[in-house]
Amino acid sequence: MTLTETPPDRELEAGFEATIARNDRIEPRDWMPEGYRRTLVRQIAQHAHSEIIGMQPEGSWITRAPSLRRKAILLAKVQDEAGHGLYLYSAAETLGVSRLELTELLIAGKQKYSSIFNYPTLSYADVGTIGWLVDGAAICNQVPLCRTSYGPYGRAMIRVCKEESFHQRQGYELLATMMRGTDEQRAMVQESVDRFWWPALMMFGPPDDASPNTAQSMAWGIKRHTNDELRQKFVDMSVPQAEALGVTLPDPELRWNEERGHHDFGQPDWEEFMEGVKGNGPCNAQRMAHRRRAHEDGAWVREAATAYARKQVSA
Amino acid sequence: MSELSAEGGHGAVPLKDVPTGQGVTPPEPEWPLYEVFVRGKRGLNHVHVGSLHAADDRMALLHARDVYTRRNEGVSIWVVRADAITASSPDEKDPMFAPSGDKVYRHPTFYDISDNVPHM
Repeated sequence: MTLTETPPDRELEAGFEATIARNDRIEPRDWMPEGYRRTLVRQIAQHAHSEIIGMQPEGSWITRAPSLRRKAILLAKVQDEAGHGLYLYSAAETLGVSRLELTELLIAGKQKYSSIFNYPTLSYADVGTIGWLVDGAAICNQVPLCRTSYGPYGRAMIRVCKEESFHQRQGYELLATMMRGTDEQRAMVQESVDRFWWPALMMFGPPDDASPNTAQSMAWGIKRHTNDELRQKFVDMSVPQAEALGVTLPDPELRWNEERGHHDFGQPDWEEFMEGVKGNGPCNAQRMAHRRRAHEDGAWVREAATAYARKQVSA
Repeated sequence: MSELSAEGGHGAVPLKDVPTGQGVTPPEPEWPLYEVFVRGKRGLNHVHVGSLHAADDRMALLHARDVYTRRNEGVSIWVVRADAITASSPDEKDPMFAPSGDKVYRHPTFYDISDNVPHM
């Protein structure tokens, strides 16, 4: 037997299944079923795109931050989002796709990003609400992903989660500061929470009975909890935080259910959600146009750097 | 609405009919891929942390600083072009590491020493 002899696929598949069953990690050069690889590329790419597009809603407030302190924090936060996108593109590339190709697929609208970023940021309180609720919901999604079966994805998520905690805390602190301010500021916070609460619940996706694909992802150890489980966890976490902040969550059906040991809550408007996914959300066109423009406007920088590198080699 | 799930970080994305980008040639040549290694603090080895693209070595180093050490994660960075790395293949795992697998006498626990012998 030579070192390069390839065992039959059945044997490879059994090895893959055994690794998953042991709760061990799959690493880049391991054999993996094509469906597993494609699922991961799609998931990691769309996750990366969400981080990159996610810079826009808050980024537009950097030049209008109310103080130098807030400006420095917001800059660091938006820079982190770029970093998260890059960790994830790096993980996706270990699966044999090129980063540039993924960017092209995003710009062509063929791969998607999370619909939450298609909502506008109308006041500075939105910077706080996004940190608290949107990044809070992201943490619910991302913490279990640290144990995902694909090694590079899990390791990227560990880095992301460490930084996400800063994002949520800076947002909550921003809102708490405004709540200690004037009536007008308190009204701004409430208005912002009213707008973002339902979109934040939508972030977890449609109810489980409408997500048949979740089962395969869970069997492969890529996804660890269902949409509804994560949404429930997020609601249970957010209620006491809202109380401490002094804001009302805009859901008349929200109440503690003693029997279940969880909060009952209403359903978001799934039609609005689907419109956003189809590209008809409030800011879809603007976000995509901005991303496309940034890529095209940056072309000369990439070309110049390439030319400079070539010159250094030949010199 | 059966094809969406909160599988990524910031929320639900489509699961079906999403191309995963094989075989499409990008319109511009891509910068080379570099692997990044960071020494967390003095006394520790450099550890692989991820990869990035850069036009040249110096840009790779600066990008590595910005992407992987925004919070004092390191005191030293190595970048190396990914195509310069030679790796063992996971398919060869058993034959590759066989020479160490059957030499239990290389481990201290292989040797029986009576309990009354101190400091060993």
